[in-house]
This record gives sequence, C-alpha cells and structure tokens, in this order.
Amino acid sequence: MSEAAQFCTFCVDDLLFGVDVTRVQEVIRFQEMTRVPLAPRVVRGLINLRGQIVMAVDLRERLGLPPRPDDELPMNVVLRGLDGSVSLLVDSIGDVIDVNDDAFEVPPSTMLAAHRQVIDAVCKLPNRLLLVLDPERALLVGSDAQPAPSEGRSLQ
Amino acid sequence: MQQDDDVLREFLIESRENLDQLDRELVALEGEPHSQSLLSSVFRTIHTIKGTAGFFDFKKLEAVAHVGETLLSRMRDGTIALDANRTTALLAMVDAIRSLLLQVEQSGGEGKGHYGAVIEALSLLADDATAEAGARHLAEARPNIGRSQRPNRAASIGPAAKSVRAAASVGSQPLSVEAAQRSAPPVQVTPPPVLHVEEAASSGGAKAATEEARTHSDSRIRVDVGLLDRLMNLVGELVLARNQLVQHAGGSGDTALVATCQRLNLITSELQEGVMKTRMQPIDNVWSKFPRVVRDLSRACGKQVTLEMDGKSTELDKTIIETISDPLTHLVRNAIDHGIETPAQRGAAGKRPTGTLRLRAFHEGGRVNIEIADDGRGIDPDRVRAKAVERGLISAERVRAMSAQETINLIFLPGFSTAAQVTNVSGRGVGMDVVRSNVEKIGGSVEIDNRPGQGTSIRIRIPLTLAIIPALVVAAGGERFAIPQVNLVELVRFDAEQARSAIERIHGVPVFRLRGNLLALVELSRALRLPRREQDDLNIVVVQADDRQFGLLVDSINDTEEIVVKPLARELKGLNVYAGATIMGDGRIALILDVMGLAESSQVSASQQRGAAKDGAAQSAKDFERLILFRTSAGARMALPLDSVARLEEFPRSKVERIGNEEVVQYRGEILPLIHLSQTFGGPRAENDPLQVVVHSDARGSVGFVVETIDDIVEDTIATRRQGGRPGVLGSVVVQGRVTELLDANAVRASAAGRF
Repeated sequence: MSEAAQFCTFCVDDLLFGVDVTRVQEVIRFQEMTRVPLAPRVVRGLINLRGQIVMAVDLRERLGLPPRPDDELPMNVVLRGLDGSVSLLVDSIGDVIDVNDDAFEVPPSTMLAAHRQVIDAVCKLPNRLLLVLDPERALLVGSDAQPAPSEGRSLQ
Repeated sequence: MQQDDDVLREFLIESRENLDQLDRELVALEGEPHSQSLLSSVFRTIHTIKGTAGFFDFKKLEAVAHVGETLLSRMRDGTIALDANRTTALLAMVDAIRSLLLQVEQSGGEGKGHYGAVIEALSLLADDATAEAGARHLAEARPNIGRSQRPNRAASIGPAAKSVRAAASVGSQPLSVEAAQRSAPPVQVTPPPVLHVEEAASSGGAKAATEEARTHSDSRIRVDVGLLDRLMNLVGELVLARNQLVQHAGGSGDTALVATCQRLNLITSELQEGVMKTRMQPIDNVWSKFPRVVRDLSRACGKQVTLEMDGKSTELDKTIIETISDPLTHLVRNAIDHGIETPAQRGAAGKRPTGTLRLRAFHEGGRVNIEIADDGRGIDPDRVRAKAVERGLISAERVRAMSAQETINLIFLPGFSTAAQVTNVSGRGVGMDVVRSNVEKIGGSVEIDNRPGQGTSIRIRIPLTLAIIPALVVAAGGERFAIPQVNLVELVRFDAEQARSAIERIHGVPVFRLRGNLLALVELSRALRLPRREQDDLNIVVVQADDRQFGLLVDSINDTEEIVVKPLARELKGLNVYAGATIMGDGRIALILDVMGLAESSQVSASQQRGAAKDGAAQSAKDFERLILFRTSAGARMALPLDSVARLEEFPRSKVERIGNEEVVQYRGEILPLIHLSQTFGGPRAENDPLQVVVHSDARGSVGFVVETIDDIVEDTIATRRQGGRPGVLGSVVVQGRVTELLDANAVRASAAGRF
C-alpha cells in the first residue's frame, strides 16, 4: 500500500481545499475581529485566541474570489506559522481525510495564476477534486502576493 | 537519545555561564594575582569544563581545557605567577573553548578548527623560563584557529562515545566514575589513554567540588523563557476572566460570590506581579562582560582604564536587557576608543594616567537610567562639525548656526562615524544612530552630556518593562487604539461651541493653536483611512515623537489602562503606524499606535531634519523658525514668521466692503482692512474667490494681507539669509531648498496706510 497523507478539508466558494493536518492547530467558529487599518486587504483583522493575537487572512480575498455573502460567517482554520499562528478564513469545514500518494497531480497549468500561486497539488478524490494549499504561500499577505484581479479575468 | 541531548544542552548552557564567569574572574585575578579564592574558582571552572568535555568525548575541547588547567595548577602551587601574557593566553583559551562549544551547539561536533597553537602557547607559558616564547606563540595562534591541520580523529572514536552515552542514560548519576571508567578502554585512539581515565575520575570529584562551591545556586532553577512567556499570556487571560467575573458578581447580589471574587481579584494581581518579576533580570547580565571588553580594548589601544560599576543589581525586563546589550557595548567601546586618552596624553592634560569608565544604573520615576561616563577628552564639537560636513550629512552654513549641544547631537545621524582610524574596535557597524534607534524602539531616550577636556557622560533612560505599559485608549473611526503613555504630552478638549473656531485649516490641513504655538494636527481616522465620524466636539491628544510634537484628532478619549503589549504578526510589521496590539478588558483587541511611525506616515516631521535634533520640543520651537509660505498673484514666493500671523482666513468676495479707497471685511465684530499684496509688489490683482487672507496682528491692530495662495507652514532652520531686496521685503531666505522672500509686514502696512 502506498503512503497516505491526512488533510484537513474546507470549502471556499464551492471549491474543496485541504491543508496538511499536521499544520492545523485548531478549527474554531467565527470570532469577532479587530480591523487593522492600512493592512493589505487579505488581512481581515486580528482575533483573540485565548490571549494569543492571531491574524486572520481571508482565503477568498487571497484567491481573488468574490466576497462572502454578508449573512455567512467565515470559519477559522488556525495554522501554525513560522512565528505564531495565523488563521485562514474559510466558508465551511469538511472532514479530515486520508489521501493516497498516487492520487496527487500537479495543478493544471491553465489554472488561474492567483490559484496556482498557493495550490501545491490537486488530489483526485472519488467524487471531486481536492486542492492542496501551500500554507506558507497562502499566508503571504504582502502587496506582491495579492492576486491582480485583471490577470485573473483575462485567464477565465 | 533524547536524554543525551538534554544532558548535552545542560552542559552547553552551563558552560556558557561558566565561561562568562571565567572572563570576569581572570580579569579580576589579574588585578589581585595572589587571591587564592579567585584562583581556585578559575581552576575549578576549567576543571569542570574539561571533565564534562571528556565525558562527552570532545577531544579538542578537552585538550584545550587540559593545558589551561595545567597552567593554572602550577600557578596555584605557586611555581609560576600570573602576568599579563598568561592572562591573555588564558583568555584566549576561554575564547577557544567558547568557539568550540558554539561549534558543538550548531553542528553537534567539534568542527575542523585547529587549536594547536593555543595549546602550545599555554603549555609554554606553564614553564616559567619560556614565558616570552609562549606569548610569541600566542600571537601566532589566533590566525590559525579555524584552519584544519591535522586529520580529524573524531570518526574513530564513535563507539566509545556511544558507550559513554549509554552509560549516562542508564545510570542516574551520569558523571559516575564507574561509568566513565567502563567506557575508558575503547578510547584508545587518542593519546594518551591514561589521561582519560584519570580525568573522568576526577570529573566526579570536580562536580562535587563545584556543588560545594555553589550551594547558593541550588535555590535557583533554570526556566525556559518560552515557558515564562506562556505563563505571562495565561496570566493576561486570567486577568481578563477575572474582570468579567468581577463585573458579573457585582450585579448578582450574592455576597459570598462577591467576597470570593474580591479574593480572586487580589490573588490575580499578585500573581501578575509575580510573573512579571520572573522576567526581570539584573543589568549585571549585560555588564558582566564589560570587564573583559574593557581590559582587551584598553590594552589594544594602549590605554589604562579602570571600570567602575554601580547598581549592578538594577533589574530590567529580559527583552529590554537584550535590546540594550549591543548599544551599551558600543558605548563602552566608544568611551575607551575615543573618549579616554593614552596615559601620555592624560599626563599632559594634568590628569591621572589611568582613565575611569563609570557605569551607573538606577531607578528614577518608574524608569531606569543607565549612565556611561568617562573622564576622557570629551567630544570635540569642531571635529564633529567638520566630520558631518565632510560626510555630506549637513551643509556648512547650517552647522555654523548650531549650538554646541546641537552639534554633539549630530553624532546620532546615520552615516556619522569619527572612527576613521579604527577598524575592529568601534567600527563594528553599530553607529550611534543604531544606539539611539534601538533605545527609542523600546521607548527610551539617549542624552549626551559633553564636557570637552573632562569627559563625556551618556545617559540612557528606558522603561522598566515592555510587557505591560500604561497607555491611553482612544477611539477613531469606530475602532479603539492605545497610545503609549510615554508619548503623551497633554489632552485638549473643546465642546461644540469652541470647536468651530479652534481648528484652522491651511489648505485643508488642520492646525491648532496651543498656547500661541501652532501645532500640526493629524486626523487619526484619516491617517488610517477609516470612515470619519461627524461630531461637534473636539478631542486632541498632543503627542510627542522623537522631538516633534503634534496633535492627534480622535473621536473620543477613554481611560488610561495598563496594557499587555503583544507583537504583531510578521506580515504586519511593515505597518509602521502600529507598535503592537493588546487585548482589552472586554477581550477584544486594540492596536497600539506607534506615534513616531504615525508622524512619519503623516509627514508631520518631513520638513524637519531629524538629525539636527534637540532634547525637547520646547527647545526645538525656539531654535527653529516657523514660517508661513504663500504666493502673491505675481507668482512671488514669500514667507512671514508664523508668530506675527494671527489667523488664516478665507473671505468670499461678496463680503468685501469698501470704505473710500480701502477694502475691508467685517471680521469677528471688527473691521479688518485688507491689503492686496499685488498692489505693493505689482502684478495682477488676485482674482480668486474666496480671497485667501493672512491676518497680521500687532499693536496697531489687525490687517489682512490678500495673497494668491497659502502654500504651507514650515518649521526649519534658516540656512541662508540675504538682507535687503525690493521695498516691502526684509530679505531672502532658503526654505525647503528654494529662495523665498521674507515679507516686511511693517513696511507694507506703513506704505498701505500712506496711500489711504
């Protein structure tokens, strides 16, 4: 039997994403956030995670996806970062699933540039595709890391 | 295996402390070579390092320590005496051991460095007759370190090392003689094997001796800083929970609950204080390396320096200690390198040949003061001037207008260094600008007290702790922000009635008159691009950053609170307007404003050269001239001193009335005559509507100068002046790099009056 990896899965705009489960510190419900004025747009705010201040990055914004409807509250997937934890805001949380090594493929080159930046691999699950996130690149919030909307559209 | 690593880490930590102690003790020993207790202590320390090195099978380390020990034992026996050469050699040995340990820490092995020369020098010095030769050897020894000359034997002793480790992890006494002896036979590759048994055996004894000598250390334990940080966080959380509970209990009417809450309240406060204390360290942790630094450096410079230290036990937060370590070292080096003269020079100046460097630390007003004072030659303002001009940091004209204190402060400019002749002493890339920025980063300040010919005293003032600071909580744009108390100057509040006239605008830029001085205002919500709240009353927080004061316009001012400072995520460090974040009593987060960064991003201080700094804003107001810049309709760029300007106004043309030849407006219940500068200086009449008017007041009353545009208010040192010019002009000055005419308000008023 081939090696299996475990992924914590979540949905963003009907896409199924996964992060290596060992990188996930915890998954929590929506927390009240404090805005950080002047910060890049992907930074939605800071949350108080039991006394630890955690930056929340909106995955929709990061991927150049349309904003979340106002009546839906995002979930926090808290990842262990290089220094401290960072939270990814996603739409909903899925299961932790095992994926065999041979199910992985490199992302197709036709994928949106904004997505290709942060997606490490595509996994063929029996009924749908799982996009494996690179946590480091997904959490890059500098201005250069922001997807240029025009680029995204031209590729569509 | 894990246990092995733990033992090794313990050894590394302990050795590092021991080495620092060795540095101190060796220098002290040089001062009193006959102190048996110091000698024994040094001997014991080296012996322990050697023994443990043998146990871990670090051959090089052991060899280096061994020759040092031999030298010391002969000294202890009284066969030879400690002299400068031997001290230097022993210090070199300490350095060699330190570099070996660093290698071990980083790579797990001893690396390829070769320490044969140090060893040889030490063994030569152990022999009385050849002391000189040994010193010579030592001089050659240093460059050799790091070069591999002999094949590495470490590979062949692997099994032995393993068996030692195995013994260590099985037995509860890792250093037992028995275990070491068992492991000794396989260690035959390295000569001489006998030595190892003997050493391993004696290391047990050494351990015992060490324990005896340091019983006081039994009452202390070593704690991981990360653990303390976590404790601190937990206490912060506890405080929040306590606050909520106390609030809740107050409303419940349950007396038993209220009483319990009160007790919880007290205990939490005490716990918080206690945990804070665990982070405090005596400043001696930084200072302890200075005796060695001073000794080495003064010898290298051919100077004699006595180091005096007062207030070693003054305690500071660990983070602060770490931040000021480099700046302090730099200042100490500077003092010896530049400050204190050679014995000959001192003699010529009528001073004692030995210079004194005095470090003093003490508490004052909730802050810690650290003074570094020398009795050297002081800073020569002329040299500083020449250097600053030579480096192109400031213009020659500007320098000439500076006071002595201002000149001295030039050394804080980035890129300033008078150490042209020094390479490895002071010029280590840490300039005075870095000293200052490091100190300011933690909310401190640096002052220089310079007495040419008598010495320099540098005083650093820093807060006790960074973790918890008092701060003022304000609101703007619907968010809360904390402003550190150290930046606060005063709070100003106007109700709706006063607010309308309190703020004046220069082209949309708000300014405010604070006791006659114009104060630039920064609207916090605008600076942070937050939605603005329309409100009638006005709250101004007067803050000070560096040497610049400005007013922050906020929506509301709340309380001052003790806040726990937490750093922002690395990704947000680029935002210089924040100094961190904190968790408020209600569990929500508030950002802490960095007043300096805010001033920079709002360009409050853009017109002012930071380097020409003053000690306080009061002084800066005096030395700098504030000018209002405007244009006449002929396009001439002119300026008026702000002091003579009462107000800047806009009048719609419809409000202008005429009395004979004179144009006037009704203004605050008075009749304000208008003087069109275009009439005085020629050029087309101003056509704009509303009229831009500079209201000038003096004993004769007020008049309004009608100008084309009001450009700016600048605060600048006036570098170049030229007297005279056309009528109505006092002279020309250079402001912001451009020639600007100074309006002669009196002459213009007189000539206008003559025309009427």
